[in-house]
Amino acid sequence: MKFARDTWLIFQRQIQLLLRNPVWVFVGVFQPVMYLLLFAPLLKPALNAPTQAAAYKIFVPGLLVLLAIFGGLFQGFGLIAELRAGVIERSRVTPISRLALLLGRSLRDVVSLIVQAVIITLLALLFDLRVFIGDLLLAYLMLALIALMTSAVSYGVALKVKSEDALAPLMNTVAQPVLLLSGILLPLTFAPGWLQGIADWNPFSWAVDGTRALFAGDLGSDKVWQGLTITAVLAALGVFWAARQFARSVR
Amino acid sequence: MIETRGLRKSFRSRAGRETKTVDAVRGVNLQVAEGEIFGFLGPNGAGKTTTLRMLATLIEPDGGEATIAGADLRKDPAEVRRRIGYVPQGGSTWDESTAREELVLHARMYGIGKADAQQRAARALAAFQLTEYADRKCKTYSGGQRRRVEIALGIIHEPKIVFLDEPTTGLDPQSRAHMWDEIRRLRNDGMTVFITTHYLDEADALCDRIAIMDNGEVVAEGTPAELKREISGDVVLVGLDLAATPQAAQALDGEAYVNKLETADEGGLRLYVDEGATAIPQVLRRLDHAGLELRSIELHRPSLDDVFLTKTGRSLRES
Ligand SMILES: Nc1ncnc2c1ncn2[C@@H]1O[C@H](COP(=O)(O)OP(=O)(O)OP(=O)(O)O)[C@@H](O)[C@H]1O
Ligand SMILES: [Mg+2]
Repeated sequence: MKFARDTWLIFQRQIQLLLRNPVWVFVGVFQPVMYLLLFAPLLKPALNAPTQAAAYKIFVPGLLVLLAIFGGLFQGFGLIAELRAGVIERSRVTPISRLALLLGRSLRDVVSLIVQAVIITLLALLFDLRVFIGDLLLAYLMLALIALMTSAVSYGVALKVKSEDALAPLMNTVAQPVLLLSGILLPLTFAPGWLQGIADWNPFSWAVDGTRALFAGDLGSDKVWQGLTITAVLAALGVFWAARQFARSVR
Repeated sequence: MIETRGLRKSFRSRAGRETKTVDAVRGVNLQVAEGEIFGFLGPNGAGKTTTLRMLATLIEPDGGEATIAGADLRKDPAEVRRRIGYVPQGGSTWDESTAREELVLHARMYGIGKADAQQRAARALAAFQLTEYADRKCKTYSGGQRRRVEIALGIIHEPKIVFLDEPTTGLDPQSRAHMWDEIRRLRNDGMTVFITTHYLDEADALCDRIAIMDNGEVVAEGTPAELKREISGDVVLVGLDLAATPQAAQALDGEAYVNKLETADEGGLRLYVDEGATAIPQVLRRLDHAGLELRSIELHRPSLDDVFLTKTGRSLRES
């Protein structure tokens, strides 16, 4: 099937280039590791958690979602470099599927996110975090959907604005409130009612809740399917929109 | 091979609060025949790249139609893509990849299988004398090497037509000459080549036919020789002593091939003729017959710049 083959082709190429310079995967994971090592120990008393492990069950899922959001949102910069080099234009004169041009790249971002997530999870295991493997895999699925969506949106916006100078403030403006309103670092259970009301409109808040439920081993919780459904729908919309940007004229 | 009718494109750009409309291409009609090197000559901003980008399906025309290698640009852009190659003006290679990787990837983007793509890449590398650098990253290439990789990319799938946007800009004279040879080789292999340039000598020496573009419009189209002939024909400068000049003028004035005759103040004649190459022997014979001795004879042919000047009122060298 042409579409699958095209996607695989772009994905392979992107992974090959990534492996040539794998340092970026580790640079990306550096900040969350710092949070894990230096910030998380403050949490047990703050969260009133019975044990350190319990605190990690709340904190690590938030950290992973954070990583997925930010890892994705800033991928657009690489695309602007490719635009400038003429690589995108060169691809667009071939009959390759436009959706594949996007998806091949976004899947690379998903894979590099999962690698980072595994590194964080393994580190957290050293701090007595314990998660059932099935739950963990579902949580990774949630993270993959988030990264797929944020990276696709980032690519779409990059194709629209075409300059790093415009992309950076835009992504920051979007990311900051999303981050604060999703209860990523601390659960919003402590938040005043109005803040929780706003957070209900933030899809990432649902994603974080769902991921926390999975880490807590609460597979049956409504939050799990709600979070997965919302992120899946948003990922599909993001991919659809961004692929249209690839199909339209870009300079 | 290529036929366009009334192709148009304008861009809206914002400067401060005002939106300005630039009519980049205002109704271009072109006919490009199979197997020719067709040149698009024009100054910066003439609309050459915009036209090429429309023909290469990268931007949608605002109006007009085009048929490219038998496929309709508007109705079947996917088929157009399959039949053409396009080498953009600003480069198309990725710094961190090697030429071989780029070629294999590009071939595969056209749906070519892996083994075939690798063979094609090896052949293209050899044909463009790139084998030596094939496995080095593109960022280590010289400008000329990189340009050759880009052209190899544009033809890796053996298209019927290849569009080359300013293939020789920025190359030294020797690399330019090599590039010309390579472009001729493509034509000799049966490909139709559509290049843009703002070098007069390139349009003249390399192209079988050219269109001169200015300000979004094609102002002249034809073979370089036709265009130049259309301007004024050739001028034959006959060097004579002052004393011999009136006699010579008398002898030549009635000749059928002389369209116009001027006498220079310091002696000598300017003859306006259709074709200098055939006029000169006749001039020589006539003067010899009249027993006149001539000091020199010189053929002055109008250049493409003269053509540009008559069509636009400006010189391409100045703009
Ligand atoms: N994406 C765009 N947005 C706005 N204006 C554009 C765009 N692309 C081209 N133009 C304008 O259209 C006109 C024609 O540009 P084009 O690039 O086709 O010229 P060109 O003949 O290729 O010139 P050059 O020899 O400098 O490459 C120019 O005035 C240019 O500024
Ligand atoms: Mg141009």
